[in-house]
Amino acid sequence: MLPFEYARVTGVDEAVNLLAADPSASYLAGGTTQLDLMKDGVLGPERLVDITRLPLRGVTRDADGLHIGALTTMEELAADPVVAGELPVVREALLLGASAQLRNMATIGGNLLQRARCRYFRDPTVPDCNKREPGSGCAAVRNTARMHAILGVSERCIALHASDLAVALVALDAVVRLHGTSGSRSVPLTQFYREAGTSPDVENVLLHGELITGVTIPPLPAEAATGYLKVRDRASYEFALASAAVVLVMRDDVIAQARVGLGGIGSKPWRSLEAEQVLTGAAASGEIFREAAAAAVQGAWTVPGTAFKVELAQRTLVRALRNVSGGAR
Amino acid sequence: MAEALSQRRAAGFAPEAPVELHVNGRRHRLHLDARVTLLDALRDSLGLTGTKKGCDQGTCGACTVHADGRRVLSCLTLAAQCEGREVTTIEGLTAPDGGPHPLQESFVRHDAFQCGYCTPGQIMSAAALLEEGRADSDEDVREFMSGNLCRCGAYTNIVAAVRDVAAAGGADASV
Ligand SMILES: Cc1cc2nc3c(=O)[nH]c(=O)nc-3n(C[C@H](O)[C@H](O)[C@H](O)COP(=O)(O)OP(=O)(O)OC[C@H]3O[C@@H](n4cnc5c(N)ncnc54)[C@H](O)[C@@H]3O)c2cc1C
Ligand code: FES
Ligand code: FES
Repeated sequence: MLPFEYARVTGVDEAVNLLAADPSASYLAGGTTQLDLMKDGVLGPERLVDITRLPLRGVTRDADGLHIGALTTMEELAADPVVAGELPVVREALLLGASAQLRNMATIGGNLLQRARCRYFRDPTVPDCNKREPGSGCAAVRNTARMHAILGVSERCIALHASDLAVALVALDAVVRLHGTSGSRSVPLTQFYREAGTSPDVENVLLHGELITGVTIPPLPAEAATGYLKVRDRASYEFALASAAVVLVMRDDVIAQARVGLGGIGSKPWRSLEAEQVLTGAAASGEIFREAAAAAVQGAWTVPGTAFKVELAQRTLVRALRNVSGGAR
Repeated sequence: MAEALSQRRAAGFAPEAPVELHVNGRRHRLHLDARVTLLDALRDSLGLTGTKKGCDQGTCGACTVHADGRRVLSCLTLAAQCEGREVTTIEGLTAPDGGPHPLQESFVRHDAFQCGYCTPGQIMSAAALLEEGRADSDEDVREFMSGNLCRCGAYTNIVAAVRDVAAAGGADASV
């Protein structure tokens, strides 16, 4: 790890001012991404601002929905009574991620900003990585790939956004709250992330110094059913090869509302409006689920190592839809 | 520019600094490089070598300790981040009467290790697991201990050792 200076802050404005004035400083929350990548030599900030003692921890609820402080840990959020009782999709996405130890450290803000698990990105001895060194190429498209994305990618970068939670949150229309030197703003999570596109190094709309202060999940219709399904190489403690977050409102057998998030396959946590369009207003059936899944993976861009994900993602979504719609269709 | 510098100075940025750690009920005053992890501070500065370094990257669980009662990975935690937190390591884990913790005895009884390298992390993780109330079935133990890898593959006996203590009433049990 390169040398750095450390300071702990207790005020939100203090944190924001320090970072905004200092391009070579980074925030430190749970550290499970930040310190990991500093040990790998991928990140080398000159200063770390420890934000873990900021008063941004805990969950509250009002008419606008559930407000989650950015420094709430993954375990704390999973244990929240509203999440446990009414939002299985969030609880499952959290508890199927990482390990209990990591979830006690990892914060919700940090989770949304976790970096790609691409092994070429994480290895600074690999020279070609457009995410690390813009313009240098992409080693993953030519070499072994597996934990990589097939949607929102191109030959410039196939890195995956591996957050499980973010997949559930895009399906729930969650909104991120940001605070910077020029005030606060709210951004729908679906507009927070950027596809790899021409600049894979820019992953989201956050400005340097802007702090995520929290996330809001708007209320769901009372009849909504939700669920998260994660498919992976190991039974536990592993990132998704494919995952699906599903929110359905059923009227008898008809799907009145559908929201679909897909994980393990996108350069950003993927919201599939295409699948939702097929589902909304249709009678629930295996056939319609398969049609929706096919619509979701239209436009997939694969390399030999990721080609299997086109089929896997569809089967994952079909199974998740079956589970949440409550039918053995 | 000058303003930014004075702001930085006021915030107390430092490449090394005094750090006060509370470990197993004792206070320690150390002077540490900002890069020093809790794991390295425990092992190298305090001589508490029970906590093990496996991967040093947050993947194996060998470095598991408790911070304010919660299990965390000491390899991805800076020592400086632990100021004001109560840290418990395997050396500080005891039964209420001061003897070995029931988990330690159960691990011996069940032969729940081979080389023993992962064991302190397994036991610290299991102690937290019992507190969390997640040891009600073999499946739960496997799922909620999945962050503790064992290269020797002692998993079957580890699960049995933990379940035995859970069945006897958890950490307070005299097994
Ligand atoms: C072995 C392992 C397995 C994992 N498995 C999974 C998994 O299965 N599923 C999953 O979803 N995740 C998984 N993760 C990722 C983990 O969930 C993230 O590393 C974690 O959530 C990041 O949160 P943190 O608080 O530790 O962030 P940090 O590492 O402290 O920060 C991450 C980044 O966000 C910035 N940041 C943090 N908080 C804020 C804020 N409030 N405002 C602005 N910037 C901020 C930091 O500067 C840094 O760049 C795994 C991680 C590891 C190490
Ligand atoms: S040494 Fe910390 S998790 Fe492996
Ligand atoms: S006993 Fe050897 S690694 Fe677990």
